[in-house]
Amino acid sequence: MDDFIAARSQMALSLGFHIIFSCIGMVMPFFMAVSHYYWLKTRDITYKNITKAWSKGVAIFFATGAVSGTVLSFELGLLWPEFMKHAGPIFGMPFSLEGTAFFIEAIALGFFLYGWDRFNPWFHWFTGVIVGVSGLLSGILVVAANGWMNSPAGFDYVNGQYINIDPIKAMFNDAWFSQALHMSIAAFAATGFAVAGVHALMILKGKNILFHSKSFKIAAIFGTVAAVLQPLSGDISAKDVAQRQPAKLAAMEAHFKTEEKASLIIGGIPDEESQTVKYAIKIPGALSYLAHGDFNTEVTGLDKIPKENHPPVAITHYAFQIMVGMGMLMMLVSVLYFIGIWKKKKWLGTKWLLKLFVASTPLGFIAVEAGWTVTEVGRQPWIIYGVMRTADAVTPMPGIVYSFYLFTAVYLSLSVIVAFMLYRQIKMVGKLYDTPGHN
Amino acid sequence: MLYVVIIFLWTAILLYLLMGGADFGAGIVELFTSEKNLNRTRKTMYRAIGPIWEANHMWLIIAIVILFVGFPDIYTTMSVHLHIPLLIMLLGIIARGTAFTFRHYDAVVDDMQHIYNRIFVYSSFITPLFLGIIAASAVSGQINPNASTFEEAYIASWLNWFSVAVGFFTVSICGFLAAVYIIGETDNDLDKRRFMQKARFMNIAAFACGALVFIAAHFEGIPLVDWVFGDIVGITAIAAATISLVVFWRLLNQGKTRILRILAGFQVSMILLTTTYRHFPNIVILKNGDYLSLLEHRGHDKTIEALAWALLLGSLFILPALGYLIYSFQKKASETVMH
Repeated sequence: MDDFIAARSQMALSLGFHIIFSCIGMVMPFFMAVSHYYWLKTRDITYKNITKAWSKGVAIFFATGAVSGTVLSFELGLLWPEFMKHAGPIFGMPFSLEGTAFFIEAIALGFFLYGWDRFNPWFHWFTGVIVGVSGLLSGILVVAANGWMNSPAGFDYVNGQYINIDPIKAMFNDAWFSQALHMSIAAFAATGFAVAGVHALMILKGKNILFHSKSFKIAAIFGTVAAVLQPLSGDISAKDVAQRQPAKLAAMEAHFKTEEKASLIIGGIPDEESQTVKYAIKIPGALSYLAHGDFNTEVTGLDKIPKENHPPVAITHYAFQIMVGMGMLMMLVSVLYFIGIWKKKKWLGTKWLLKLFVASTPLGFIAVEAGWTVTEVGRQPWIIYGVMRTADAVTPMPGIVYSFYLFTAVYLSLSVIVAFMLYRQIKMVGKLYDTPGHN
Repeated sequence: MLYVVIIFLWTAILLYLLMGGADFGAGIVELFTSEKNLNRTRKTMYRAIGPIWEANHMWLIIAIVILFVGFPDIYTTMSVHLHIPLLIMLLGIIARGTAFTFRHYDAVVDDMQHIYNRIFVYSSFITPLFLGIIAASAVSGQINPNASTFEEAYIASWLNWFSVAVGFFTVSICGFLAAVYIIGETDNDLDKRRFMQKARFMNIAAFACGALVFIAAHFEGIPLVDWVFGDIVGITAIAAATISLVVFWRLLNQGKTRILRILAGFQVSMILLTTTYRHFPNIVILKNGDYLSLLEHRGHDKTIEALAWALLLGSLFILPALGYLIYSFQKKASETVMH
């Protein structure tokens, strides 16, 4: 492995690790706020127990997310100094605002976690809401910074110089809205399905049914609503990418040849040598429609893009297929769940529906990881789209490959410990929360 | 507006040292606590830092964001040449943050606690050690932009007696701050006296490490004496710190916790002021005599302006909220002690 690939792998690993923790850290507070609200309104002790149990999970995820985020703010410079030297002053605005949002989140979390029975109950509830809102805001701001890398704005690039810098314009780049919307909904869908899946499993095991059923309902409603909304935001994103980054769209779809009435390619194995896709399902005209809203429009293929500016096609295509596939499955489960609620079907509480949710536990996070792969790998070979190549941004320090191994070991062990701790949290639910009136 | 940003940067570093530093100090004090008192020390520490520990570490993020947005040349030069100590510091931050949370949120209390404690204590030591090394290496002219070998470029930039001595000095300051802060958090006389003893020990250790820094500077040919005593601000700050130190020792036996805290914080602030004032505006000094200046190596005017507004706006939210957080838990803690 050469140093460049090592640096990219380390960045991918760090982001891939961080994204899971930040999603959970920014979405779970909303679940908590709902159950906390029920507790304050109904005085049903189960809701208090749920809130407390979830808040422990949030504490673990927030701490891990915060340290991995701190690491990322350094890694940008450690791995990509040439990029940060020029990009820092341009796309730094969302980061400086995110610092505030993140700070507020940490403060509110302190109030929330340690504030039980110490403050006015509604003030305490409100601090929990602030944790969620500022977390979500942090997420949106960071994604806006990433949007700038895909859709550079707020500067002029003349003879290798970055002039006329406008950090506000850079923050509100063309990609920020579609990316932030897609990511925020994804965070709700992924976390909702993951949490609902865990509680569904516990119901199936017949443990603390009351506790887990109520938890399941809250998580499931967030997850399913988000999963149904997600294709709409996905459509906005696809049209946006088609406009701004035709190479990325072409790679996502393995669309080699520029043509009118372009077919949507589902699945298949793209071969970059022969510019063909084997074993794929093709729907004529569908890609033209999805990209430009008209079945007859021309869709730019990779043949119109110079070879040295091609992103890796196979990875981008597979990742995109995985993301869409997972999204569709989640939407299917969601629709079933809604029909169940709407028609008051008896099968709502039956085993097979719960099993379906258990099986869906990881789908959202797989989709999130795949989606980020599409965004990041699909932007290659650029770090700032059309302006700076990733290979020109990497640190001159040799031996990054060892740093990559080190981080892999650290993140792997952290994942194992966090999983182990969650397992113990869930296992202890009975002991901790079964006695009525227990605080 | 540039000066607004610079003041924020300095304040963020100071607050990180005072609050984040005390947090590291909690682990350092734990490292120097005998087995039989360990549990009580841990509990007292946790009561004191639990609610605010996440917030304490945000100051580092604020400082780093100011650097990479406002002063990208400085940020990238440090990132390239101090890659290795930064990496070790980051590993320390990961290990410490997660171990601290894990040991309090693990639903089952068993042998795993032992592992979390170990990790917490050692990373509490290593992280400020490398923070000190990084800071010392930046200002002491060790970074060589024309280096031709790996050792010269990436190792010699930070691995030298002066940087290491400053690293240990930073560790001792963190331990000192934690020991002093904690005196007021105890609920019994025995612990109180124990922490006073710890504060004395840490203060002496800081003094000894400080002396080591001067000795190392002498041998490395770094004009530290001139930096510290070279002008009236430095001399005044050192004099003020010395006087406050004398007052501190006098008051330590009386256990006036609030004044002690203020005095300890004051001393550390004076040390930071002395060591940064003479260099200003040069934050990184290179081996070839060049320097990176906050006034010259900065981002574009529009960026600095936007950054300043973002910081001012942010502090409008952060400072009152943080103040109320600290105030509430201080008040509640002292109420529990009273009962």
